[in-house]
Amino acid sequence: MPELQIGVLAIQGGFEAHVRMLVGLGAAVSEVRVPADADELDGLVIPGGESTAISMGIESAGLGPAIHAHHEAGRPIFGTCAGMIVCDDAHLEMADITAKRNAFGTQLQSFEVDLGIKGIGDEPLRAVFIRAPWIKRHGANVEVLASYGGHPVAARDGNVLVCAFHPELGDDSRLHALFMAMTTGSRERAHEEAEH
Amino acid sequence: MGAMAERATFRVKTGLAEMLKGGVIMDVVTPDQARVAEAAGACAVMALERVPADIRRDGGVARMSDPSMIKGIQEAVTIPVMAKARIGHFAEAQVLEALEVDYIDESEVLTPADEQNHIDKFAFEVPFVCGATNLGEALRRIGEGAAMIRSKGEAGTGNVVEAVRHMREIKAGIARLAQLRPEELAGAAKEHQAPLEVVREVSTSGQLPVPLFCAGGIATPADAALMMQLGAEGNFVGSGIFKSSDPERRARAIVEATTHFNDPERVAAASVGLGDAMPGLEIAELAAADALLQDRGA
Repeated sequence: MPELQIGVLAIQGGFEAHVRMLVGLGAAVSEVRVPADADELDGLVIPGGESTAISMGIESAGLGPAIHAHHEAGRPIFGTCAGMIVCDDAHLEMADITAKRNAFGTQLQSFEVDLGIKGIGDEPLRAVFIRAPWIKRHGANVEVLASYGGHPVAARDGNVLVCAFHPELGDDSRLHALFMAMTTGSRERAHEEAEH
Repeated sequence: MGAMAERATFRVKTGLAEMLKGGVIMDVVTPDQARVAEAAGACAVMALERVPADIRRDGGVARMSDPSMIKGIQEAVTIPVMAKARIGHFAEAQVLEALEVDYIDESEVLTPADEQNHIDKFAFEVPFVCGATNLGEALRRIGEGAAMIRSKGEAGTGNVVEAVRHMREIKAGIARLAQLRPEELAGAAKEHQAPLEVVREVSTSGQLPVPLFCAGGIATPADAALMMQLGAEGNFVGSGIFKSSDPERRARAIVEATTHFNDPERVAAASVGLGDAMPGLEIAELAAADALLQDRGA
């Protein structure tokens, strides 16, 4: 099979670091700014940044329908920090979660910490939290993958993976590898269905 | 969970600047302007008492803003709030840190407080952005602990020519460093009057270790697109928005052009019907009058 085609939403925010990490894992990576960029992607990353600016940019570029089409086709989405907020029930409604913005405080309260995360092995991941949100509500079908300070900060709802921190700012790519595995899985399922 | 959380690491400081990339940071002087900026898609605001064009016009000593004004802006928006301290005025920076601003701009737009020394930015938990006209300045500021660099440009002029010069200088300087052999780096550090360690890092990676933004003179969507194409990772817009005839539309248009900088049709569409840009100033006249802000704090 050809390499995975991953798009990184490049409206505003930390998209470059995601691109670097995904290229390092062997994906073909492209930046997504207009609807045509979102066609034929195996997976889509919605990066951190300012969720207000990203939401407005999605709206003004008319990207909402393209992102929803990607989601409804069962193709994976990975939302980090502001990207997690954009996926929640008050924004694009792709994960059954409610995010609380700036929940961990201002830049002064921002931090990094070793965080145990389900599904990437026993070794903790160095997680960088920048004016980070947390998940204040989630549906019964949402699997919480990590919590910090008593609040869920990483979760999976079907093909949507979200985290409140910035795995792309470190050099540990295991969470991105998990997303790539989800993406490979969804592509294989789609091929099988096409063959039957 | 026995894990210890660490605050104010280099990664946490540069991390916020990483998240501002591709975005526009707008100067605002009131909570209302801050709300307009946020609603237009700004990724952060810079809270200050007067925009550079007014500081230039009024003359006198320009200082850190009144804390009550900064607090009013912090309460008005949810996006990050930056504020300016005078070059070398670490007590102003301490006040801004106590106010919990998200970033401090050690800025030549304010009247310098120290003609020899910049602030020791490692001593702070709040990250700093500093201006630079060339690579040497950028590397010195990084050596002092800056977590983000911006071009100085010539603030308050609505004239992008100096920002272009500074961005080209910085990018060309980085490209030259990347060509050097290891034994040539000490000489380069001497020439740039910059720490060898930072020079070596830039030479190896071919980029600054912190995000590089443009500031100083952006007045139109095309200015914003120009600077992004020249290698800026985001734009600061000072007087260019709230000194124009229709700030709301211009703010949205500059945001749009910063995102879609490589898409001339979108930049063209964003540029239609914006009303008058801010009035511009000729740099040569300012230079003749010894009124260039960019010469402060090299």
